[in-house]
Amino acid sequence: MIDSLMSKYNYWMYIVLMMIGFYAMIGKKNLVKKLIGMNIFQTAIILYYISIGVKKGGTLPVLMEGVPHAAAYVNPLPHVLMLTAIVVSVSTTGVALAVLLLIYRRYKTLEEDEILKLMR
Amino acid sequence: MNAPQIPAAILIILIPLMTSYSIPLLGWRWRGAGYYLALLAIGASLVCSLILLYTVLTVGTIHYHLGGWLPPWGIEYVIDPLNGFVGVVVCCLSFLVTLSSRASVEKELADKKVRFYTIYLLLFTGLMGITVTGDVFNLYVFLEIASLTAYALIAIGEDGAPLAAFNYIIMGTIGACFYLLGVGYLYIMTGSLNIADLAKLLPALYGSKVVLVALSFFLIGTAIKMGLFPLHVWLPDAYTYAPSAVSSFIAPLMTKVMAYILIRVMITVFEPSYSLKAVPAGTILSWLAAAAILAGSILAIAQSDFKRMLAYSSVSQIGYIVLGVGLANATGLVGSLLHILNHGFMKACLFTVAAALMLKTGGRNIYQLPGMHRRMPFTMAALAIGALSMVGVPPTCGFFSKWYLILGAIEAGQWVFVGVILLSSLLTAVYFMRMIEIIFLRPAPSGGNESGEGVRDEIPLSMSVPLWILAAGILLLGLFNERIVSGILRLALPAGY
Amino acid sequence: METISSIKPLGAVLVSLIAAMLILVTGDRHRNLRETWTLLAAVIKFSLVFSLVGPVLEGRSVETTLLTLVPGLKLQLRVDAFGLVFGLLASGLWVLTSIYSVGYMRSLQEHAQTRYFFCFALALSATMGIAFSANLLTLYIFYEILTLSTWPLVAHKETPEALAAGRKYLVYTLTSSTLILFSAAAIFVQTGTLDFTPGGFLAGRVAEGMLPLLFALLLFGFGVKAAIMPIHEWLPSAMIAPTPVSALLHAVAVVKAGVFGCLRVILYVFGPALLIQKGLWFPFALLVSFTILAAGMIALGEDNLKRRLAFSTINSLSIIILGALLRSKSGITGGILHLANHGFLKITLFFCAGAIYVKTHKELVSQLDGIGKQMPLTMAAFTIGAMGLAGIPPINGFISKWYLCLGALEAHEMIFLVVFLLSALLDVAFLFPIVYNAFFKDARGKPPHFDEAPRAMLVPLMITALVSVILGIYPDAFLRFFSLAAMAVQNILGGG
Repeated sequence: MIDSLMSKYNYWMYIVLMMIGFYAMIGKKNLVKKLIGMNIFQTAIILYYISIGVKKGGTLPVLMEGVPHAAAYVNPLPHVLMLTAIVVSVSTTGVALAVLLLIYRRYKTLEEDEILKLMR
Repeated sequence: MNAPQIPAAILIILIPLMTSYSIPLLGWRWRGAGYYLALLAIGASLVCSLILLYTVLTVGTIHYHLGGWLPPWGIEYVIDPLNGFVGVVVCCLSFLVTLSSRASVEKELADKKVRFYTIYLLLFTGLMGITVTGDVFNLYVFLEIASLTAYALIAIGEDGAPLAAFNYIIMGTIGACFYLLGVGYLYIMTGSLNIADLAKLLPALYGSKVVLVALSFFLIGTAIKMGLFPLHVWLPDAYTYAPSAVSSFIAPLMTKVMAYILIRVMITVFEPSYSLKAVPAGTILSWLAAAAILAGSILAIAQSDFKRMLAYSSVSQIGYIVLGVGLANATGLVGSLLHILNHGFMKACLFTVAAALMLKTGGRNIYQLPGMHRRMPFTMAALAIGALSMVGVPPTCGFFSKWYLILGAIEAGQWVFVGVILLSSLLTAVYFMRMIEIIFLRPAPSGGNESGEGVRDEIPLSMSVPLWILAAGILLLGLFNERIVSGILRLALPAGY
Repeated sequence: METISSIKPLGAVLVSLIAAMLILVTGDRHRNLRETWTLLAAVIKFSLVFSLVGPVLEGRSVETTLLTLVPGLKLQLRVDAFGLVFGLLASGLWVLTSIYSVGYMRSLQEHAQTRYFFCFALALSATMGIAFSANLLTLYIFYEILTLSTWPLVAHKETPEALAAGRKYLVYTLTSSTLILFSAAAIFVQTGTLDFTPGGFLAGRVAEGMLPLLFALLLFGFGVKAAIMPIHEWLPSAMIAPTPVSALLHAVAVVKAGVFGCLRVILYVFGPALLIQKGLWFPFALLVSFTILAAGMIALGEDNLKRRLAFSTINSLSIIILGALLRSKSGITGGILHLANHGFLKITLFFCAGAIYVKTHKELVSQLDGIGKQMPLTMAAFTIGAMGLAGIPPINGFISKWYLCLGALEAHEMIFLVVFLLSALLDVAFLFPIVYNAFFKDARGKPPHFDEAPRAMLVPLMITALVSVILGIYPDAFLRFFSLAAMAVQNILGGG
């Protein structure tokens, strides 16, 4: 048990991070906090992806002289994929913040329960 | 047998993408440019999709290598009968809905026209990208493009639209992230992101827990995005409060494309014998779908807001599509695919009527509609056709998808699901027949004269022509569904069905 | 049997569909033109159907195949002897009902006349489709269209009561359609076909345990429109519709479509041989017998004239089904004949009821004393109708009842013979007092003077009464009902 915990500690960390983000999205009433939760959630996934490319003794995935073998580099593909995912995350946050601005202008508050009361 | 690298496969994405950039530029000088450019771009994509489908049916599956990089290292677009079919459906419906959008955009979003059509075209690009791509991560990118633009478009509506959009953002992002996690797990095990490649590499790994987890993440992610009960909570608010042109576009298309993702994952990435039978995902999906069918219909009966009623009805209809997938036999899957087409047409027709009602009366309450058939006879006739098709009255198309689903359920020996489908037809009849009764049979409030020549106030041609094409389509697709089934859908089935 | 391919069956179905569209377009502005479409379509339709009598009696069936609907099933029309009986009845009576409708609607200055005539034409299209369907799926499609097109007719008055009756109608009929759909799908999966075959096609191809279930579902499915108890309740409530609609519902389209469906199931899907073999016919024979007697007795207590006639119809329809269930040559012949004869008789009675309402606004039987002196022609026709239903010669009802009783004897089922005779007695009991009161009692209030309904209404009802008499004397006159019925029975029992 301790063995699996120690050898796969990166996965456990990301699960914890993800759950924190998830809780914030579901459990918090303030809309900005939900948004931050979403961000944490996405970041956890990004970190998880990066970690799967790691190799013991691997070096930066930048083509360098004196490092002939492809196997000496850390796997660059997850990095590339995650660049895309980071862009997606940023755009989502941007759209969400714009929507929050709309909400704030209309209801003057960012607490979900108050907004629902105002909507009735 | 493979087809040559025809450019239509990339143009189908490129044209709307480039046009969406040019709309703000041209829109600076001429504000009406957005509508026409959007129409042009979607029309061009429609032509491309028809070319692609024709090529697939006559020559064979198309593999288009982006940038000349060979798979599995490069990204490729793969068009086979399944996504060729879905592509044509999406393009066709988008074109008709866009055609009808002018009047409602004028009324509801006049000052935002240019920006609206920009984002609208990007949404279309995203949906088409999902349809044609052959790479799971590329699919995620397009999925997010489609989702983000949808969030933005929904948020500019009235009433509770921003809050509905925000809830959709939260839930939709969870869904997309789950999908991404699924991709990640598959990548760990196979090192590949190409759908065809994954299909080759995965069978050796079916015993692995990681692959099982990947499948689960895919399922939950697409379920959230599709609005499958009980993960549908974002759907009613989003469809109701979005501007009319937006709900007419999103309702028939988005959930269907997400259902397409589900089908792709279940039958191409994973083999059906594994995904639907060994892992009992087929059983789980069917039972969830049955719950969706019933819950959606029952909730729809309680609504007095027209668009909300249609939204819950959509929840129910997604249940039909997923049920067909979960039954794991050929007839069921044919029913699902046919229902993607049919439900698209039906919902596009009904939501366009809702847009028309919003345009002319400014309201969505169905109890204010008695006697509307004097004011807008053609629109209400289209509503009647759409409603009857949803109930499943032959010879409209809605009946035939139910027929295949019932046959599929009987073949699978699942009598409970047969009962669910039949019961839901009756429940659907309750709220749609109620609408028809209110409009056509209840006496109009005082003001119309009895001789029948009430004030005629029909919608403009730009809205009624596509509406009528959709209504005619509902009838024609019903009568000629056998051609579609034998000519296209039978070819889209996976081996072993 | 030789099959001819022809466009005529399709033409018969489509002509009123085209008329319906024309009616919509013409609208209320040109009422005479609008009425012309209806009449023109009715006449053309009847001519087309009548022209099919020749080929069918020579032993050929006329077919139109439209398209393949689903893999394995076609949208197909095939005119055989049995379908032609129903087709002739419906198209012939529509001509008369249309004339009557015009008189009725204009006398009462009814609202929403365009909708009325539109739905009427559509309903007749569907009825033709039902009569000429070659397989169960085609039948189902037209059956649904019939339900939907007659719904606005039931709710025509737009009062809360009428709307409620309409809703009840929909609930009953749509639920029954679901049963039919399920059975059709189950049969298709097991046998791969749904084509009507004289003598049935299920024998040996469907799992044993499913046969009783399918039979029950199909009979209850069609039985709603055929008003078998306990699913008959929609019919008396639907009497709130205008009288031409009730005439249509009762003689021509809806209920006869239900009975037609039941008979198709009994004779062309299951087949008499299978039903005897599995003993399936007996429970249902009991059920319809109960319906016959119970409906007759309820009719005795009904004061509303149209409701009394409604229960009389429920009684007669079950008689038809019982005849078919008796699976003997005379029984089935009697059943098919009664389908046609009852049509003429009942429509006469309803036409009379409508004429009385238009002239005097009286709806209750107790108000009808002495009306024979005011409207002697109408009541004469009513008398003919009553005599026919009771089975008194020389009206056509006697012929069909004779064959039904013979059928019970041939099948050695005495109990059903008793049922037939009892129902004849009940017919006398609830119809003849009306006749007696009309002619031999004095009207309350003002003294009677001769004041018949307008000609447009009077002439059709006299024609139907006259035809009933003629058919009673010479059953094969004009429409060749008797020959067609005999040919149908021969095909069914002779093994097709």
